[in-house]
Amino acid sequence: MQLTGNAWKFGDNISTDHIAPGRLFHLRSNLPELAKHVLEDADPEFAARVAPGDFVVGGTNFGLGSSREHAPTIIKLAGVSAVLAKSFARIFFRNAINVGLPVLICDTDQIAAGDRLQIDLGTGTIHNLTQGRILQAPPLPDVMIRLLADGGLAAHVAKHGDLVVE
Amino acid sequence: MGLTLAEKILSQRVGREVRAGQIIVCDVDVALTQDGTGPLAVRQLEKIGMEKAARPESTILFIDHAAPSPRKELSNDHMLLRSFAEKTGCRLSDVGEGVCHQIVAEDYAAPGKVIIGADSHTCMAGALAAFATGMGSTDVAMGMALGKTWFRVPETIRIEVNGELPVGVYAKDLILHLVGLLGADGATYKALEFAGETIAAMPMWERLTLANMAVEAGAKVGLIASDAVTQEYLTAQGRPEDYKPLAADSDANYERVIIIDAAKLEPTLAAPHTVDNTYPVTELVGTAIDQVFIGSCTNGRLEDLAIVASIMSGKHVAAKVRCIVVPASRKVFLEALRLDYIETLVEAGAIVLAPGCGPCVGVHEGILGDGEVSLNTSNRNFQGRLGNPQGSIYLGSPAVAAASALTGVITDPREVLGYAAYR
Repeated sequence: MQLTGNAWKFGDNISTDHIAPGRLFHLRSNLPELAKHVLEDADPEFAARVAPGDFVVGGTNFGLGSSREHAPTIIKLAGVSAVLAKSFARIFFRNAINVGLPVLICDTDQIAAGDRLQIDLGTGTIHNLTQGRILQAPPLPDVMIRLLADGGLAAHVAKHGDLVVE
Repeated sequence: MGLTLAEKILSQRVGREVRAGQIIVCDVDVALTQDGTGPLAVRQLEKIGMEKAARPESTILFIDHAAPSPRKELSNDHMLLRSFAEKTGCRLSDVGEGVCHQIVAEDYAAPGKVIIGADSHTCMAGALAAFATGMGSTDVAMGMALGKTWFRVPETIRIEVNGELPVGVYAKDLILHLVGLLGADGATYKALEFAGETIAAMPMWERLTLANMAVEAGAKVGLIASDAVTQEYLTAQGRPEDYKPLAADSDANYERVIIIDAAKLEPTLAAPHTVDNTYPVTELVGTAIDQVFIGSCTNGRLEDLAIVASIMSGKHVAAKVRCIVVPASRKVFLEALRLDYIETLVEAGAIVLAPGCGPCVGVHEGILGDGEVSLNTSNRNFQGRLGNPQGSIYLGSPAVAAASALTGVITDPREVLGYAAYR
């Protein structure tokens, strides 16, 4: 699957509090409304200006902190087609796969704000069209590929009536 | 080659030897959600028509993050959780009972149990040698319904701590020092295993503080072998039968071993806006604060309140400081009342609130104004954590918090008179 869009750059240690702040706790059962504030505390203009298909590009330890699955969910709801980072926090990474938000690990220093990217999710190849560079993300673990193929964890369990990943 | 504590717990639970790196499906003994993550978990189960729990007696829906509710939207979320509990027979821990992780330690956690929670600090139960980890709502929802989940068996970093903690230095200072050393992602995907003579001598209330903050270095679990201290704690909770000895093999394979000399540690704080931004208190002394928050799953236990009461007894919180104290559970609150800690704190000018998460998540009960600074005993100081991205948070021990509440500036607790009486 090919994805094309523009890069929105963020720094290291973007926390789930940056993505879905605690002061908006009351919007957690209203995800479309919460999505209007996605990443607000890291970049107040992001939610209003992000275009469908764009990419969030972070540094190290993207998504650290809380277990709130609302964080990857509202990134996806805002129209973002994938998150790229040098590394991800554990729970965020697992949550992203569960909700069907593609996450790729690569050297994001090779991507500047606004760069046009084309990503092949099947191979993990990231083509920086603006800079004429090719980056390669390592493949996802088999268990996650299987969950993604079923459309996320809930869809996997609905389909098999069980967890079938071993 | 022997097994690490993480490998041993999971091997026993799946009934065959498993090693770091393997993907396993494992039975879940305890599953929990809280009011920030529970409604999404409930809706995921509704969506796929699986509104049930494999083990309702050990599946707990906690209402602790926004309790009592400050807004109608959250009141409606609470109603959804109550009705799901009624429908499925799951346990409900309603407003006023306390922070989920404290209640899990008191009533559910035990050596060898596998615990998953839709809250990142679920790892606190690792202090009782339970394989306890935080996950998202969907993972926990499926774990609730099926009674199992999948794990990648983690590699382990062994943290060996020897020597005696100096007066005025606690487990909180040790774990802040360690997170500073490892970095906020230094243990991502890994297990931390705390060992050594300092840990062996450490009481359970401090072991819980250590395990609680394992996730602040990115770890999946923070584990401590079970021993006489664990047995004594479980007996005090009325669950002596839940004890079993569980430790790593002496020839276990560790990814890394970090050795810490406890005697060299100082009171340590994390400065804004990451937990690994740590400094000895001596480098921060004099920093002005507007608020102090004493509580949370990290440091809202009876012994924490005892330290704070001993420092504040007969004194008064500084005029421009709001000092908010939140006992971690109803049990803690009741004991603190019986022992007169609460009276001491209220007389000293503290604001004592109902058991729960208090202001920790930034929902209510102590939101900062623009440019304000808070000193918390909780576990996170991320930007916006106290409900305002224009606020700043320092993290420290209850002793640092109490000493600083009295002066209105970050204060070295070792300098406070009457302090040595506690330890």
